[in-house]
Amino acid sequence: MNSFSYTRADDVATALREVAADGAAKFIAGGTNLIDLMKENVERPSRLIDITRLTLGGIRPRSDGGLRLGALATNTDVAYHKEIERRYPLLSKAILAGASPQLRNMATVGGNLLQRTRCCYFYDTATPCNKRTPGVGCSAIAGFNRAHAILGTSAACIASHPSDMCVALAALEAVVRVTGSVGERVVPFAAFHRLPGDTPNIDTNLQADEIITGVDLPARGFAEHHAYLKIRDRASYAFALVSVAAALEMDGNTITEARLALGGVAHKPWRDPQTETMLHGQSATRENFKRVAEALLRDAKGFGRNRFKIELAKLAIVRALSQASFKEAHS
Amino acid sequence: MRTEHIGKPISRVDGRAKVTGAAKYAAEYNVPGLVYGVVVSSAIAKGRITRIDVAEALRLPGVLQVFTHENSPLLAQSDNSYSDEVAPPGSPFRPLHDGEIRYSAQPVALVVADTFELAHYAASLVRIGYERDAHATNLNEERERAYQPRPREFIPPPESRGNAEKAFAEAIVRLEEEYSAPIEHHNPMEPFATTVLREENGRLLVYDKTQGVQNVQNYLCNVFGYSKGDLRVLSPFVGGAFGAGLRPVYQVFLAVLAARELKRSVRVSLMRQQMFTFTHRPAIWQRVALGAAPDGTLEAITHKAIAETSQFEDYSETVVNWSGLLYRCDNVELSHTVVKLDLHTPGDMRAPGAVWGLHALECAMDELAFKVGIDPIELRLKNYAERDQNEGKPFSSKELRACYRLGAEKFGWARRNPQPRSMREGNVLIGWGMAGGVWEAFHITADAKATLTADGRLTVSSATADIGTGTYTIMTQIAAEMLGLPIEDVTFKLGDSSLSKSPVEGGSFTASTVGSAVKAVCEKIRKKLFQLARKIDGSPLANTKLDNVRFVDGQIRSHNDSSRAVSLIEAMRHGGLSAIEEKASAGPTPEQMQYSRFAHSAVFTEVRIDEDLGTIRVMRVVGAVAAGRILNPKTARSQVLGAIVMGIGTALEEESVIDHTFGRIMTHNLADYHVPVNADVHDIEVIFVQEQDEAVNPLGAKGLGEIGIVGVAAAIANAVFHATGKRIRDLPITLDKLL
Ligand SMILES: Cc1cc2nc3c(=O)[nH]c(=O)nc-3n(C[C@H](O)[C@H](O)[C@H](O)COP(=O)(O)OP(=O)(O)OC[C@H]3O[C@@H](n4cnc5c(N)ncnc54)[C@H](O)[C@@H]3O)c2cc1C
Ligand code: SF4
Repeated sequence: MNSFSYTRADDVATALREVAADGAAKFIAGGTNLIDLMKENVERPSRLIDITRLTLGGIRPRSDGGLRLGALATNTDVAYHKEIERRYPLLSKAILAGASPQLRNMATVGGNLLQRTRCCYFYDTATPCNKRTPGVGCSAIAGFNRAHAILGTSAACIASHPSDMCVALAALEAVVRVTGSVGERVVPFAAFHRLPGDTPNIDTNLQADEIITGVDLPARGFAEHHAYLKIRDRASYAFALVSVAAALEMDGNTITEARLALGGVAHKPWRDPQTETMLHGQSATRENFKRVAEALLRDAKGFGRNRFKIELAKLAIVRALSQASFKEAHS
Repeated sequence: MRTEHIGKPISRVDGRAKVTGAAKYAAEYNVPGLVYGVVVSSAIAKGRITRIDVAEALRLPGVLQVFTHENSPLLAQSDNSYSDEVAPPGSPFRPLHDGEIRYSAQPVALVVADTFELAHYAASLVRIGYERDAHATNLNEERERAYQPRPREFIPPPESRGNAEKAFAEAIVRLEEEYSAPIEHHNPMEPFATTVLREENGRLLVYDKTQGVQNVQNYLCNVFGYSKGDLRVLSPFVGGAFGAGLRPVYQVFLAVLAARELKRSVRVSLMRQQMFTFTHRPAIWQRVALGAAPDGTLEAITHKAIAETSQFEDYSETVVNWSGLLYRCDNVELSHTVVKLDLHTPGDMRAPGAVWGLHALECAMDELAFKVGIDPIELRLKNYAERDQNEGKPFSSKELRACYRLGAEKFGWARRNPQPRSMREGNVLIGWGMAGGVWEAFHITADAKATLTADGRLTVSSATADIGTGTYTIMTQIAAEMLGLPIEDVTFKLGDSSLSKSPVEGGSFTASTVGSAVKAVCEKIRKKLFQLARKIDGSPLANTKLDNVRFVDGQIRSHNDSSRAVSLIEAMRHGGLSAIEEKASAGPTPEQMQYSRFAHSAVFTEVRIDEDLGTIRVMRVVGAVAAGRILNPKTARSQVLGAIVMGIGTALEEESVIDHTFGRIMTHNLADYHVPVNADVHDIEVIFVQEQDEAVNPLGAKGLGEIGIVGVAAAIANAVFHATGKRIRDLPITLDKLL
C-alpha cells in the first residue's frame, strides 16, 4: 500500500474540485473494492476523497413513475427496500446473490458500478496485465482464465465484469446520473461500461473528474416475469461464472417483450437487444429459449479454461427464461 | 461434585476466553516500542536477484531497516541447524540466505518500520531486479522425472508382496484408472504471525503461531545461536493450523532476526496471499489397478503415486500403503515416487497421504463394485482385512464392519437403487456414494508435569499445542478424572517451550501421546497421595492397597466400602505438604508395538446435481468413525464435522491453481481459493462406533483430528458417479467437468 492523504468532502462541488485538482486522487465510498486493490498495490491513489458524507443516499420516487437510487445507498439498502422488493425484485435478487451481508452493508450503488475485474493477474503485480499497465501484455489469454470473458473480448484483455447488481440494472435499462465540472449528464446503462478494445485500462465512460450521483430505474420493473440465475463454484460468496437476468412481458404464454442480460461473460453486463427481439411474439417454449440462447452466444469465443462458459451460458439462459416465464417467478 | 469426566461432552475449558476475546493470539501481544516487519515476496519462480534497491524505502522516516540476503548476518551454516522435528530429508529453505530464487513468492526481504502501515508502504518501494531461469512447476509434464525419495521418519516406505502384475494379467475382472489432484493450501483462519518481545537483558519471548513450541525453539536456538534460557517460545492459542504450523514458518525466523539485529521487540504477520508461500498438500497423480474374481474377490492391487516435492527437500507421505492394508489381497504392488518442482516443499496437511491415497483406492473400489455388479459395501466386506498384511500383525481393534453397518443404517443405504441416474427429482439428479477411511493411531513419547497444591488444585503441563482441537479440554478431563477432582480445580498448560517435553501437535497423536503422559504423571501423584492417606493415624485406608481405591469427589475411596475415604486435602495436610510435584514420561510399550493400530471410518454422502447446469450440492453426509475410546464426544464430534466439511472442499472446491508460465500460484486469496461456506454445508451426522481397545495405548483412544476427512472426497466422487453416470477422476469436481 502506498502513502496517501485523506479528506472528507462535505458537498459534491468540493468533492469534484478536489478530484480535479489531483490527477491521482480517488473517491472512496464503501471501500470494499478500493481498499483491497490498494493493499495489493494495484491502485495507488495519492489522495482518498471520502464521499460517504455527501447527501447522495436514499431511494426516492421519480415523477415518471420510476425510482432514483442514490449513489451512496448501500447494496443492502437497495436489496431490502420495500418498493424495490415489490416492483424490482430482479434487482433485489441480483444484489442478494452477490458478496456477503457484511460486504453488502458497506458496498454502495456507485462503488458497485465501478468495481474492477477479479482477474487474478490484474490483482497480482508480479504478473503482466494490460489493464494495470497498458502495453505489457495480457497474462490471462494463455493463462488461468476460468473466470474470464467469452464475449466482446479483445486481443488486449479478456477480463469479465464481476458485478451481479449491474446485470440486473442492464436488463432494467437503468440510467446512470453523473456530475462533473461541466455539469450533470445521464448515461444509459448500456453506454456506461466499455468493452476492453485496445484500452482495457479504461473500464467505463465516466470521466476522471466526474462523480456518480445516482441511478434511475425506469417505471417498468418486470416484477411478474423475471429471474436472476447465478451459476458459481460454491453456493454463496463466489463471483458468477455465468449469470443471467431475464425479464419478460407476457400475454398469456406469448412473450411480448424480452430482456436478457448476462454477467460473468464480458467486460460489461452483456446485452444484445437485437437478438432479444427474436422472442417477441413467440411462445414461452424451451425450443424458443434455446434458439435465442444459441443466437446470443453465436460470437462467443473461449480461451482454454473458460471454454465451458459458452455451453453453460446457453443452458443458463434457457433455465432463466423458463423460470421468468412462470408467473410469480422463483429463481 | 462430579469427577467422572472422560467420555463426557464437556465444553471447552478455553471456550469462554476465546469467545470473549480474552485468548490472545501471536499477533496480539503489544508492548510500547514494538516495531513491525512486512515481508517482500519474490516475483519470479526461479533464478536470482541481480539487484535489490532499498534506498527509497530506507529514506522514509520511521523505516528502521530492510533485511535482505545482502545484509543478513552470518548465521548457522549447516543444513542440520535449519532442520526440525518434522523436516523431510534435504536442505531446508533458509530465508534471506542468498540471492537465489527457489520458488515464486519466496520471502526476499523484510522491511521493518515503526508502524505496520509504514512498513507496508516501504515494502512497496523495494526494487528488485531478477535474472530468470527456466522453471518447472507442472507435475503432469514432469512425471518422467519421478524418483524414490529418501525415506522420512514415521513414513514407512511402501512394500509390495506377491506378484501383482501376474495376478492382474490373469484376473477375470480388471480395472485400471488414473486419478489426480491439485495442490491444496491449509488456510487456517489465523494467518501466521510472530511477536518477539525483547527483554532488557536481551532475552527473547517469542509468541509464535505454531503446532510445536519446542520444535520452533530448537530451530531458532540452532540457527541464531541462542541458549534455551535466552529464547522462549510461546503459543497458548492457535487459530487453526491443519499441519501448516508443524514446521517453523519463515516469519518466525524473520521476526527473531529483526529483534536480534535491531535490539527491538518486533512483529511479523503474513498476509493471506503469503499463506500460499510455504507448505501445502502436494499435487499428485495416481494409478490404481485392481484385478478381481467375478464375485469381486481381490486378486491384485497395484497402486502407484507420483507426487511433487521441492528442489531442496524430499517430502513424502503415506499415500499408497493403505491399499495394502485396507483389503485382504496377496498380490500387492505399491510405489510412491516424487518429482522435484520449483515450488516450496509440500508438507503434512490433515491426514497427509491418506486423503489422496484413499481418494484413488476408494473410487477404484466403487468402480470395481459397479463393474462386477455388487453393492460397494458388500465388495468391501468380501475383501475385509482381518489382519494387517503390510506388517503381518493383528489389529489392536478394528470396528470397520460396524462403521459400514451403522453408517449405512443411519443413511438409509438399503434404499439405494444401484443404477446411475436412477434417482432423480425433476431435473435434479440424486446420487448416493460411500467410501471407507483409515488413519494411523500413532503414539509417541511425551513428558508431563503435575503439581497438586494443599488447597486441592491441580496444574498439569506439557509443551504441546491446542490448534483448536480441544487439547486443553481433554487433558484437563484426563487429569481431573485421574485424581477425582472437579474440572474447575484443574488447569492444563501448554504452548510454552519451558514446559515438559512434547512433540509437535499433529498426526492425531496428541490425545494418546500427551494424554498418556498426563495419565502417567497423575498416577505418580495418586501413589504419593495414597501413601500419605495411609499414614494418617487411624486411616480408614490403612489396610487397603492402591489397586483397591478410587479417586472420586476429591477423595481417595475404598472400592469395596465407599464410607472408607480420605480427602486429598486431608492427605496433604496430614503429610504437612504444601504441594506435590511430579514429572513423568510415557511412550509406547513393546506390547503395544505387537499390534497394528488404526482408526477407521465409513462415509456416506448424498449429492444433488442440476442435470443441465452441473451444480453439485452435498445434501447429506453420515460419517461413522471407530477411533477407540471417545474422550469427549463434543470435541470429538467437532473434529469430525470440521474434517467432513474440509473433505467437501477437497472433493468440490479446493485448488491452488499454478500458472505454469510464471510458476506462480494465482488463486492466492480466499476469494479465488474456495473452501466450503455455510451454504455449501447441509446435514452432517457423526456416529462414533465404540471400541474397547486396551492394546492401542494406555488411554484406549486413537485420536480424531484426521480420520474424519479420509474417504470424504471418494464418497462424494462416487455419489457424483451414481447421480450422473460420469466418473470425474481429477479433483476438485467442478461443474464444468460435468457439462
Ligand atoms: C470478497 C468479496 C466478494 C464479493 N462478491 C461479489 C459478488 O458476488 N457479486 C458482486 O456483484 N460483487 C461482489 N463483490 C464486490 C462488491 O460488490 C464491491 O466491492 C462493492 O460493490 C463496491 O462498492 P464500494 O462502495 O465498497 O466501492 P469502493 O471500494 O468504495 O469504490 C470502488 C470504486 O468506485 C469509485 N467510486 C465509488 N463511489 C463512487 C461515486 N459515487 N462516483 C464515482 N466514483 C465512485 C471509487 O473511487 C473506486 O474506484 C465482492 C467483494 C468482495 C471483497
Ligand atoms: S484479462 Fe485483462 S485484466 Fe486480466 S490480465 Fe488480461 S489484461 Fe489484465
